[in-house]
Amino acid sequence: MTILQGVLLGVFALSTIIGYLLIHQVPSLLHTPLMSGMNALSGITILGALVATAIATNEANPVISSILGGVAIIVSMVNVVGGFAVTDRMLKMFTHKDKSHE
Amino acid sequence: MSRASLPLVALFVLSDPLYYTLVGILTGFVLLGIYFMSKVESARMGNQLSAFAMALAVALTLIHYAILPVWILYILLAIGATIGLIFALKVKMIQMPQLIALLNGLGGLASAIVGGYAYLGIGAMTDSFSQIVALIAIMIGAMTFSGSLVASGKLHRILPQKPLLIRHHSLWLGATILLMATFIVLPQFVKLPDFLVLSVMTVMALGFGLLFSIRVGGADMPITISLLNSLSGVAGAISGLAIGELLLVSIGGIVGASGLLLTQIMCKAMNRSLLEILLGRSTTSSQAKGEVTTEAVVPQQDSDIPVIQADPVELFKKAKDVIIVPGYGMAIAQAQHLVKQLGDILLKQGTKVRFAIHPVAGRMPGHMNVLLAEADVDYDDLYEMEQVNDDFASADLAIVIGANDVINPSARAAEGTPIYGMPILNVDQCPEVFIFNYDLRPGYAGVDNPLYQRKTGVHLFLGNAADTLKSFIDRL
Repeated sequence: MTILQGVLLGVFALSTIIGYLLIHQVPSLLHTPLMSGMNALSGITILGALVATAIATNEANPVISSILGGVAIIVSMVNVVGGFAVTDRMLKMFTHKDKSHE
Repeated sequence: MSRASLPLVALFVLSDPLYYTLVGILTGFVLLGIYFMSKVESARMGNQLSAFAMALAVALTLIHYAILPVWILYILLAIGATIGLIFALKVKMIQMPQLIALLNGLGGLASAIVGGYAYLGIGAMTDSFSQIVALIAIMIGAMTFSGSLVASGKLHRILPQKPLLIRHHSLWLGATILLMATFIVLPQFVKLPDFLVLSVMTVMALGFGLLFSIRVGGADMPITISLLNSLSGVAGAISGLAIGELLLVSIGGIVGASGLLLTQIMCKAMNRSLLEILLGRSTTSSQAKGEVTTEAVVPQQDSDIPVIQADPVELFKKAKDVIIVPGYGMAIAQAQHLVKQLGDILLKQGTKVRFAIHPVAGRMPGHMNVLLAEADVDYDDLYEMEQVNDDFASADLAIVIGANDVINPSARAAEGTPIYGMPILNVDQCPEVFIFNYDLRPGYAGVDNPLYQRKTGVHLFLGNAADTLKSFIDRL
């Protein structure tokens, strides 16, 4: 195990704890948007997909070796964009309310 | 960093310290975004901040790995973004649970693929740490993918709502786990063809996700979705470990924690342990009925002739303090706009109106809140169970719209039934109760609701909640 890998494991543990503490504060009112927002964030794996695909395009068989990476980029982008957009749509409904019936 | 070097023209070169500083800042943005999510007023900004951080992260990655000139990437990104936007704009609020489940699955799939590349040494080192975590990434990613697709299918009603069990279900699940564990460890000691390892891993993980999700019933969906949400984050984090990518690890970890927390909250609200869900002890598997204890809760009267009751319209008009309890039935009947209309009539006559939201009402955490927000109900009127539960006794009228298990008083007394011990809304303490449910059949948990047999103070309006509500509103 390299130093980087050790650091990564540390970051994993730390971000899990910080995330847990932060999300504890979110009221149940917002649990659905929270979940879809988190969902969008889980598409962060797109970064890995981009790098892997770019490398794969330089392999001997660029089309075959990068086809799965291409799929990964597309689906994670659907996840990211769809997730954030739908969260925004939901939150917009929540914030409009204040003046609606007074 | 030892990374496969790219024979590409570098447009920009970022030094490692600068890169890691930027990564830290972006993680900070995301955390700040989540912090903003804890208040309704700032939640939208929080989400936008997270989205902004994500866009920067993509740009940073393209620059850092000097892959800006790989034009095909932009096409793929554009395709994904377009599909995502179409999904997000077209989806109806009622379809939100299945969309979230679907998107979740896509995230899992991407992580599994990244894990697969990492195992082959593309974008990753080939030391045993990287190899092992790459296989774990494939495992978790693929099971998230198939599990989420099944959950999404169930929510979309393409697949049956009931838990589906095959023979020796648990045995099969155990077998897939054992095989996956073997294939994570074995390649470290024996040289196995990559193709074999990757395909066994993928197939077993897909099978596990399928077997796991297929036996979850409708009402357990809030727990399942939360769990899959957590897994999609963990899959991202693990694939980040495999390719040595800090942002994947930190943000994946946050998502994993969030999903886990929601899972805990859901379990608590249903009085289930996570282990029970994982082992598939679904609420319906125990067919115990509440009849044994029904009598203990409500003194039964012999006659089947309904006692003459007050006119509901009169009661409605006289009520000064009303609590409305929505459930999944409101969602399927799409009755949230009528519920809002009913609430407005009450407000107009000067009545205090509150909405009592049970944490597991509906099919995902917060489901009812979103539907009522869509119908333009003021979020200040939405109350969590703990906030409002003591007020049922002093309220004049409780109006139940398509909720059953979450208001079933048997949960307090009927030991041995699936819902025993589950916290419920104290609707039964209210002097007058209107119930707009589809029928009198027990709810998902299969336990009879003694409220239905109460002779006085309970007014049943049976049928599709949208129809019954409409005709009631017409009578006012």
